[in-house]
Amino acid sequence: MHKSLIIDAEKCTSCLQCEMACSYEHTGAFNPARSRIKVFELEHGKRSIPYTCTQCAEAWCQKACPTNALSRNADTGAVEVANSKCVGCKVCTIACPFGTINFDQNIGKVVKCNLCSGDPKCAEVCPTDAITFGDANWTGLNKMRATAIDTDAGSQASA
Amino acid sequence: MSWQGKVLRVNLTKGTAEAEPLNMEWAEAYMGERGLGSKYLWENMDPQTDPLGPDNVLIFATGPLTSTMAPTSGRYAVLCKSPLTGAIACSNSGGKFGAELKFAGYDLLLLEGKSDKPVYLNIVDDTVEILPADDIWGTTVWHTEEWIKKTHNDPLIRVASCGEAGENLCRYAAVVNDLHRAAGRSGVGAVMGSKNLKAVSVRGTKGVTAADPAKFMAAVKASHDVMAVNEGRQELTELGTNSMIDMMQEFGGLPTRNFKEVQFEGVDKINTAAMFEVKENGHRNMVTNKACFGCTIACGRIAHIDENHFSIVNKPEYKLASGGLEYETAYAFGPLVGVSDIDALTYAGYMTNEHGYDPISFGGTLAAAMELFEMGVITKEDTDGIDLSFGNPEALTVMSEKTGKGEGFGKILAMGSKLMCEKYGHPELAMHVKGQEFAGYDSRALQGMGLGYATSNRGACHLKHSTFGEDMEDVSGNGKAEPCKTSQDHVAAIDSTGLCLFVGDAGMEISHFVDLLNGAIGSDGSQWSEERMMETGERVWNLERRFNMSAGLTGADDTLPKRLLETPAPSGTGKGKVNELSKMLPEYYKLRGWTEDGQLTNELIDRLGL
Repeated sequence: MHKSLIIDAEKCTSCLQCEMACSYEHTGAFNPARSRIKVFELEHGKRSIPYTCTQCAEAWCQKACPTNALSRNADTGAVEVANSKCVGCKVCTIACPFGTINFDQNIGKVVKCNLCSGDPKCAEVCPTDAITFGDANWTGLNKMRATAIDTDAGSQASA
Repeated sequence: MSWQGKVLRVNLTKGTAEAEPLNMEWAEAYMGERGLGSKYLWENMDPQTDPLGPDNVLIFATGPLTSTMAPTSGRYAVLCKSPLTGAIACSNSGGKFGAELKFAGYDLLLLEGKSDKPVYLNIVDDTVEILPADDIWGTTVWHTEEWIKKTHNDPLIRVASCGEAGENLCRYAAVVNDLHRAAGRSGVGAVMGSKNLKAVSVRGTKGVTAADPAKFMAAVKASHDVMAVNEGRQELTELGTNSMIDMMQEFGGLPTRNFKEVQFEGVDKINTAAMFEVKENGHRNMVTNKACFGCTIACGRIAHIDENHFSIVNKPEYKLASGGLEYETAYAFGPLVGVSDIDALTYAGYMTNEHGYDPISFGGTLAAAMELFEMGVITKEDTDGIDLSFGNPEALTVMSEKTGKGEGFGKILAMGSKLMCEKYGHPELAMHVKGQEFAGYDSRALQGMGLGYATSNRGACHLKHSTFGEDMEDVSGNGKAEPCKTSQDHVAAIDSTGLCLFVGDAGMEISHFVDLLNGAIGSDGSQWSEERMMETGERVWNLERRFNMSAGLTGADDTLPKRLLETPAPSGTGKGKVNELSKMLPEYYKLRGWTEDGQLTNELIDRLGL
C-alpha cells in the first residue's frame, strides 16, 4: 500500500521548515530556492498553501519524457527522475499541468518530489501537521470526516 | 560554516557595492547579528556622527543560526546610530527577509554614505545593483514590496523598506520587511530614509550549510522536540503575545493614559479573548496565526477590521486581513492612550506597518500629546481639529495615518515624545529613557524592569533583559541588579545567534543554543559553551555601552522619568510604590565593573578585549 503526502493548508503557518528539510535532504544545504515543495503565502499571510507533486497515476511528465528518465518507484509510488538519463530538455515541465516538476540549473536536470524514497522529510518536520504522510487511498479522509461532523444533525456531533 | 563568510559593503555616495570577507576574528568574539553588527558599527563609524547625516552607517546583520533549520531562524538586526536616542540602535526583525539575505551569500550588509537620488538596492546572489526608486519614493511599504516583485517579475523576492515615515525622517521610523514584520525601534527606518534608500530587495539561492550536519540536525531535532510539547510555546502559538495584557492588568503593571494609571478599565475589549470573540454580525478580529522563517511557534497574528468600523467604511483597501495586534501594539494603542476599540487598534497597527514606524514610540508620543491636550497646552487648533482626549478612537486612527504620511499634527508626533514635550515646554510629560518610549510594563510594579529600562543601551526597552520572575515575586528594588545584569548578557548572546528571544519562553535552554552553535559552526574556531555565550553577551553589552559613551551619553542618562521615580503607582501590586532606581543602579554599576558614574574601566575593556 502506497502512502501520499496529505496537505491541509488551513494548518500551515508558512514557517518553511518543509522547504528547508526538503532542500537539506536533496542538496545537503538549507536552501528553499532548491526545495521541491513550496509554500505560497497569499493575502498578507491570511492563507499559506504548501504545494508539491501528487505523483499522478498516469503522469504527464513521464509520458512526455523523450529519454525515459522518469519512472515509477514500485515501492513508494513516486515518479522519480533518473539523473543518468535526464538531458534537461524540460519537456516534462511543460507537460505537467501542476508546475511541480522544475529544472534545476545547478545540476542541469529536472527535479521533483520523490517522497524521499518513502520517508518524506517535509512531513516529518512540519510542526502543525499541515503536511502528513498517510494512506494514499484516503487522502480525503480528514476532509471527509470534518464534513461529516459539520453536516451531521445529531446532537452528539462532536469530535 | 553557517556563516557565509561575506559582508556586502555598499557605498551609496559612490554608488559602489563590493563583497569582502567576513572578519572571522570578530565573528568568534561577537558571534553574529546584534553582537557582530555592533562590532562592525563600532569599527566603521564615529559614534559622534549626526545620525541623520551621510556618515551614519546602516547595517543589516544575520547570525550564525539564521537561515538554518533551527527553530525561529529568521532573525536579523538593523543597526546604526539612532536619531531618536543618539545612542546605538539595534532593532531586530523576523519574517523571511533576513534568511533570504543570508541565502544570497551575505552575513552582513553594510551601507555607507547617502545617495543623491532615491534608490533601492537589489541583490540576487552575487549580482548587486543600486537602482532608481523614483517610482516607489513617497509610497508605502506595502506598495513598494508589490512594485519590486512585479518589476522584477519574481514573487520570491523578499523586501525590506522604510515607508513614508522613514523618508520623512520620523524619529521612530521602522524598517519593515515582508509587509508586517519590522525592525521597529529606535528609528532605524529614518536612517534608511536619510540615505535616500527606499528598499533592499533580495533573492538568494546559495543555501546555508552546517559544519557538522549530523551534530547540527541532532541539535535541531532536540530543539524542535522540546518546543513541540512546551506549554509556553503552546500558549504563544494559540494566544499570541497579547495574553500578557491580562497578566499586566491583574498585576497592576499596565501603563495607562501616559502612565498616570497602571490598570485599564477597557482591557477586556482588547485582550486575546476580545480578538477571538465572534461578534453579533459574525465578525471576529483574529483570522489566523502566522510564522516567521523557520519558526515552530507562529505567535504572529493575522487579523482584520470589521468592515462597518468607522476607520475603513470609505477605505475598501483596508478590508483585507493583515498583521494583527501583539502585546506591545495592544498596549500602546490601548491602555496607554485610553482607547478600547479593538478595530481602531487594529487599524493603527496597519498604519504602522504600511507607513513604517514604531507603534510603541507612536503610542507613547500620542499619549503625551493627549495629556498636553487634556491640560489645554495644545488645542484642536494644533491637532487639525481632532479631539485628542484620552480614549478617543478617532484620535488614534487619524493620528496614526497622519504620522505615517507626515501630515499636519502627525509631523509633530513624528518627533517622538521627548522633542515634542520639550517643544511645548513640558518635558516631564515625555515618558522615555534616552529619548525612547516605554514598552508596556510599569516599573513601579515591576522594579527590575525599571533598572532594565534605565540601563538598556537603546533607551527604554523590555527586550534587553528579563527580570519578570523576580519582579512578580517581590515589588522592591532588592536583589534586582544581579538578575538584570545576568539576563542582559544572556539576551545579548541569544540575540547574537540569529534566533528569536521567544524560544526561551518556548522551552529552549541555553544548552540547546550551545549544541546548535557547535553543530552549525563546528570546530574551526574554539567550541561554544554556556560560559562562552555569557561572556560574549557581556562583551556585546559593554561594546554597546562604549559606543554610547563615545557618542556623548553618560551615566546621567541611565534614569527614568520623574513620574516613575516620584509619583506612586495609584493601584495594583505596586500601589504606593515608586521605582527604586537609586538603590538598584549603584549595585548594578558595581556588578558591571563600571565606575561609580557608569563609565567603563580600562581593566574591563582589556578583559573583554574591546
